[in-house]
Amino acid sequence: MKFIKFLVLGTLFGIVMAKSEAFSWFRIQEMFRFQAFHMYGIIGTAVILGAIGVALIKKYQIRDIAGNPINFFPKEKSVMRYLIGGTIFGLGWALSGACPGPMVVNIGYGYLSMIVVFVFAIVGTYLYGIIKDKLPH
Amino acid sequence: MIEFISQPWTWWVSGIIIASTMFLLLYFGQSFGFSSNLRTICSAAGGGKFVKFFDFNWRSQLWNLVFLVGAILGGFIAKQFLSDGAPVAISENTISDLAKLGISAPTSAQPNELFSMEALFSLKGFLILALGGLMVGFGSRYAGGCTSGHAISGLSDLQLPSLIAVIGFFIGGLLMTFVLFPLIF
Repeated sequence: MKFIKFLVLGTLFGIVMAKSEAFSWFRIQEMFRFQAFHMYGIIGTAVILGAIGVALIKKYQIRDIAGNPINFFPKEKSVMRYLIGGTIFGLGWALSGACPGPMVVNIGYGYLSMIVVFVFAIVGTYLYGIIKDKLPH
Repeated sequence: MIEFISQPWTWWVSGIIIASTMFLLLYFGQSFGFSSNLRTICSAAGGGKFVKFFDFNWRSQLWNLVFLVGAILGGFIAKQFLSDGAPVAISENTISDLAKLGISAPTSAQPNELFSMEALFSLKGFLILALGGLMVGFGSRYAGGCTSGHAISGLSDLQLPSLIAVIGFFIGGLLMTFVLFPLIF
C-alpha cells in the first residue's frame, strides 16, 4: 500500500508526457532544431517553478511526509563525466527521440518498438557498470 | 471537459505537473530521477554478482520501479481514454526539414519510418533503435542522470554539474541532428 502513491504519481507523469507530446520523437527533433518553444516551455516552466520551490524548501526547512528534513545533496564536482556522459546521452536522445521516462510511456501508449530501445538502454547502463573504472570521471 | 483534456496539453500545464511531480516525490522522501531505474533493473536481474556497480540494495529503489510501472500505465490511459488521435502538431519548418531526410509528416505521435514494425524488423531500423537506447542508457549513468535527474531536479537545485550535463545533452543532440542524421537517413 505504501507504494500506491508512487504508482499514482508515475501514472500522472506518464499521462502528462503523452498529453503534452513530450514523448514524441517529432517534438525532440523540433527542440534540437530550435523550431518551436514547446519543449523549452515545458522544461523551462518546470525548472523555474522547481527552483523557486527548492529555495523555499531550503529556506523554511520543510520536512517530508515522515517528518525528516528534505535534503539536497550536491553532485560531485567534475566536468568530464557530465560533459562526455551528457553528450553520449544527447546523441541517443536525438536518435531515439526519447529519454528513459518517455520510453516507457511510449510502450504503454502502444509503440512496442520502444521495448527494444528500453532494453538496450538497460544494456547500455550495464556496459557502463562494466567499464566505469576505465572511464574519465 | 473530456473534449478539453483530449486535446494536446499546453507547455505550461505540462511544466507545472512535472514540477509538482518532483515536489511530491521530495515530500514522499524520494527524488525525481528516472534513469536510476535502469541501474536498479540491472541489479535486480542479478548484475551485482558480476559487476560491483550493481551490487547494492536495489529493493530500496522499489518505489521508483513502481513509478515506472505507473508511467507505462499513464501512457496507456492517455492513448485509450484521453486521446483524440490527432497527429503531433510540430512546426512546418521541422516537417520540411525532416522531409528532406525522408521522414514524412506526423500522422500520429511517432514517425513510421522509425517505429513501425517494418522498421523494427529491418536491419537499419533495428540498429537505430538499439543504438539510440544504448547511448541513452550508457550516457545517463555516465553523466549520473537523465532529463529528470539533471535538467529538472539538478537545475532546480542550481547544480553546476547538472548544467554541464544539460550542455552535454545539447552537444550530443545537435551533433546527431545536424551532423549524423544526414548520414544516417
